[in-house]
Amino acid sequence: MAHAGPKLSPRLGPRLGWSLAALLPLAFLGVFFAWPVLAIVALGLGEGGVLPALARADTWDLVAFTLGQAAAATVLALVTGMPVAFLLARCRVRGTGVVRAAVMVPFVLPTVVVGLAFRALWPDGGVLPIVLANAFFNVAVVARTVGGLWARVDRRAEDAARALGASRFRAFTSVVLPSLAPAIGSAASVVFLFCATSFGVVLVLGGARHRTLETEIYLRTVQLFDLSGAAALSLVQFAAVIAVLVIGGAARRKREKALPLRIEPPRRPTGGEWGVVVAAWLVVLALLTPVVGLIVRSLATDDGWSFAGYAALAGTGERGTLAVSGLDAALNSVRTATDATVVALLVGVVSAVVLVGLRRHRSWFAETLDTALMLPLGVSAVTLGFGYLITMDALPGDFRTSPLLVPLAQALVVTPLIVRIVLPVLRAVDERLRQAAATLGASPWRVWWEVDFPLAARSLLAAAGFGFVVALGEFGATSFLARPDAPTLPVVIARLMSRPGELNSQMAYAACALLMVVTTAAVLVIERLRAPSGGEF
Amino acid sequence: MFRRVLTTVTAFALLTGCSVTATETQPPGARVVTLVTHDSFALTPELLDKFKGATGITIKPLASGDAGEVTNKLVLTKDAPIGDVAFGVDSTFASRALKEGVFAEYASPEAQKGAQRYQLDPPNRLHAVDVGDVCVNIDVAAFKDIGEPKGYADLADPKYKDMLVVEDPATSSPGLAFLLGTVDEFGADGWTDYWTRLKANGVKVVSGWEEAYTQDFSGSAGKGPRPIVVSYASSPSAEIGDDGAARTKALLDTCYRQVEYAGVLNGARNPEDAKKVVDFLLGEQVQADVPGQMYVYPSREGVALPEAWTKAAPLPATARSLPAADVDAKREQWVQQWRMLVQS
Repeated sequence: MAHAGPKLSPRLGPRLGWSLAALLPLAFLGVFFAWPVLAIVALGLGEGGVLPALARADTWDLVAFTLGQAAAATVLALVTGMPVAFLLARCRVRGTGVVRAAVMVPFVLPTVVVGLAFRALWPDGGVLPIVLANAFFNVAVVARTVGGLWARVDRRAEDAARALGASRFRAFTSVVLPSLAPAIGSAASVVFLFCATSFGVVLVLGGARHRTLETEIYLRTVQLFDLSGAAALSLVQFAAVIAVLVIGGAARRKREKALPLRIEPPRRPTGGEWGVVVAAWLVVLALLTPVVGLIVRSLATDDGWSFAGYAALAGTGERGTLAVSGLDAALNSVRTATDATVVALLVGVVSAVVLVGLRRHRSWFAETLDTALMLPLGVSAVTLGFGYLITMDALPGDFRTSPLLVPLAQALVVTPLIVRIVLPVLRAVDERLRQAAATLGASPWRVWWEVDFPLAARSLLAAAGFGFVVALGEFGATSFLARPDAPTLPVVIARLMSRPGELNSQMAYAACALLMVVTTAAVLVIERLRAPSGGEF
Repeated sequence: MFRRVLTTVTAFALLTGCSVTATETQPPGARVVTLVTHDSFALTPELLDKFKGATGITIKPLASGDAGEVTNKLVLTKDAPIGDVAFGVDSTFASRALKEGVFAEYASPEAQKGAQRYQLDPPNRLHAVDVGDVCVNIDVAAFKDIGEPKGYADLADPKYKDMLVVEDPATSSPGLAFLLGTVDEFGADGWTDYWTRLKANGVKVVSGWEEAYTQDFSGSAGKGPRPIVVSYASSPSAEIGDDGAARTKALLDTCYRQVEYAGVLNGARNPEDAKKVVDFLLGEQVQADVPGQMYVYPSREGVALPEAWTKAAPLPATARSLPAADVDAKREQWVQQWRMLVQS
C-alpha cells in the first residue's frame, strides 16, 4: 500500500490512501445492506399510500414506545454493565474468568426462550419485563466495550488524584469517567439500536398490547403484505436511527482524545472497590438466574429428573423429530458464526483503521462512514431479508439461496460491534508515538504494524470473540432469509419449541444448554489466546 | 505477541476450513430440485435418500418462514423464483398465491387418492399435502367437577371465566384460524359481539402458540394456570400419560381446517423433476410420515395414523373453513377490527 502509486503531495497523499481503503467497507455495506434495503423500500413507495400511513396517529405511538423502551433498557444495561466492566478490566479476583464467560451467555439465547423465561416471572408481560429482557441481553455489550478501554487506561492519573486527597468517588467521576466516555458512548449507541430493533422479546412479552416499529414492520411485511405501510414505517425507523447515531456520534467526538494507554495489570481490589466487585457479582448472578432456570427446565419431567432431552438431542429426537442431530446443528452454528466473524473482522478492522486515519484529517467522510457502519443495527431484519429476495438474484449463482448469505447478513450486525470495540482503543493511541516512528523512517503501514497494532491486538481478539458469540446467537436477520437446510442451534430450538409434548420441550431446553456450552467454550478459548504473558511488547 | 497473532490467524485459516463454504456442493449435472418450505417442514431423512436412489433427484429444502411469509416471498419473487416446488402455502393464503400466478398447472396422478377432496381450483395448480385442524384444547383433569365446555358458546360462559388463552391472529397462524372459526360460527356481523363477550369473560391473548401452549396452558409440560387453549387437533397425541390416557383433548365442534398445499412454481428451472417431487410429497411414504414429523394429518386416503393419534387425536369428522377468496379479501379488515376490539 505504502509503496504503490506515484508520490502525491504530502498533504493529499494520506487522505487519498485512506479513502481508497474505505472502499472495502463501503462496497460491503453498499451491496449487502444499502442496495437490498433501498430496493424493498422503493418497491413499497412505488405502491403509494405512504403518506396516509405516516399520518396515522398510532404510527407516532409506535415511535414513542420504541424509543422509550430502548432508552430505558439502555440506561439499565449501562448501570448494571459498568461494575462488571470494572471487575473484568481492573480486578484480580478469583473467578473473574468465569464471570467473563458467564456475561456472554445471555447473548446467544434465542429471544423466544428468554421471552418465555421472563414471562414465567411476569405472566402478563408488559413494559417492565420488556425493558429487563432487553437489558439482560445487552449487559455484555457494555461490559465488553467499556472493559476493553478500561483495561488500558493509565492508573497513574487516578492514583495521583487520590494522593492529592480526592475521594474514591471524586477520582472516578473526574478522572476515570471522562477517559471512559468514548467507550460508554459507543456501548450506549449499540445497546440502544439493539433494543430499538428487538423483535422476539417485544413479541413474546408485549403480547397483543405493546408494539414497536420493528414488530409492526414485520406484521405489515410478512403477514399483511402491505409493503407500502412497511416502507413508511421503515423510513420512520431510518430517521429515528440516524438521529440517534448523529447525536451519539457528536457526544462521543467531543470526548475522544489520545490517552496515555498502557497495559494495566489488574490489581486486588481495595476498600470500597470491593463494593463494586460485589455489585458486579450480583449483576452476574441476576443474569444467570434465567440461565439456571433453563437448565432446570431441560432436566425436569413429570416423574422427576431425567436426561431424556439430552439423550434425544444426541440423536435426532425420539421419533426422528429432527432432520439433524443436535451436535450437527451445533457444528452448523459454529461454521456459520466463523464465516460471519471472519468477514466482520476483515471489514471491521479496515473500517476502524480508516476511521482513525481519516479522523486525524477531520473529515466529514469519516463521520459518514462511522454512521453508515452502525446503520445495519438499527434497520429491521425483515426489511433486509425481503430486500435480499428482490436483489440478490442479480449476483452470480443466484445468491438469494446461497449458504453464504446467512453469515454475510450476520456480519452486518457483527461489524459495527467490532468497530465499536476496537475504535476507542485505536483512537486513544498517542499520536506522538506514531510521529516518533515516522520520524525514524517508518512507512505509514509500518507505523500501524509497530505502534497501533500491538496496542490494539488484544482488544481485536476480544472483539473477534464477542463477534463470534453474537453471530452464534443471531436469529433476527437469519430467520427472515431463505435458508438451505443446514439448521443451526437457534433454528432447532425454535423448531422444537413449536411442538407439543414434554420431550420436545425438554429437547428444546437441552438444545439451549448445548448452545450455552458452545458459547462458553468459545469465550474460554479466546480468553486463552488473550491471556497476558511476559514480553508481549 | 506476534507469534500469538500468527497463531490466531492460522487458527482462523483452519476455521475457515470448517466454514459453510466447505459444506458439500453438488457436482455439475446433478439433478437438484429446490423445495421452498415453511419452517416446520420435516421429513425422515431416509425418505429423501430413498427418493434420490429411485429417481436420481436430490431435494434441497429451503426454509422460508411461516405460511404467510412463504406465500409473500413467492409472490415477491414470482418473476425469478427461488425454487422449483413450494410446500407450505395454506388455505388461508392460497388464493393470494393463485391470483398472483405463482404456481404452474400440473395434474398429478397421486392427487386423485384423497388430495382432490381439498382441491381449490379447477386447473389444479395446488395439491393438498396435509391437513391441520386448529381446535380448542382442554386440560381434562380441570373439568372433573364443573363439566367440560363443548363449543364456542361455552367459552363465553361465566362458568369458564379466566380459563381461556388464545393467540393473536395478527402474529399467529392458529390465532388467525380460531378467529376465522368464530367468524364462520357467528357470521360476519355476530363475531365481534362474541369476542366482546369473550373479553368480558377474561380471555387472555398472547402473541404465539409457544407462549399459549407451553406456558399458559395447564395441560402441557408447562403446567400453566389456564385449562383451555387454542391449539391443534393433533396436540393431544403428544400428551399421553404413562397410564395410556391422554391428559388433554380437542373440542371437535371448534375445529377450523387449514390445508397445506404444494405445487410446481411457474418458471421452475427444472419443471419435470419438480413434478416428480410433488408426486413424492403426495405418495404413500411421505403421507405416512407427516403425522410424526409435522403433527398434521395426511391428505391421502387410507394412510394409517400412528397409534397415539388413533387413540387421542383422530381427524375431526367435520371442520369449518371459509372460502379462500373471502379470507383473502377480508382478513386484514377482520384482524384490524379484532385489534380495535380486544386490545383497546
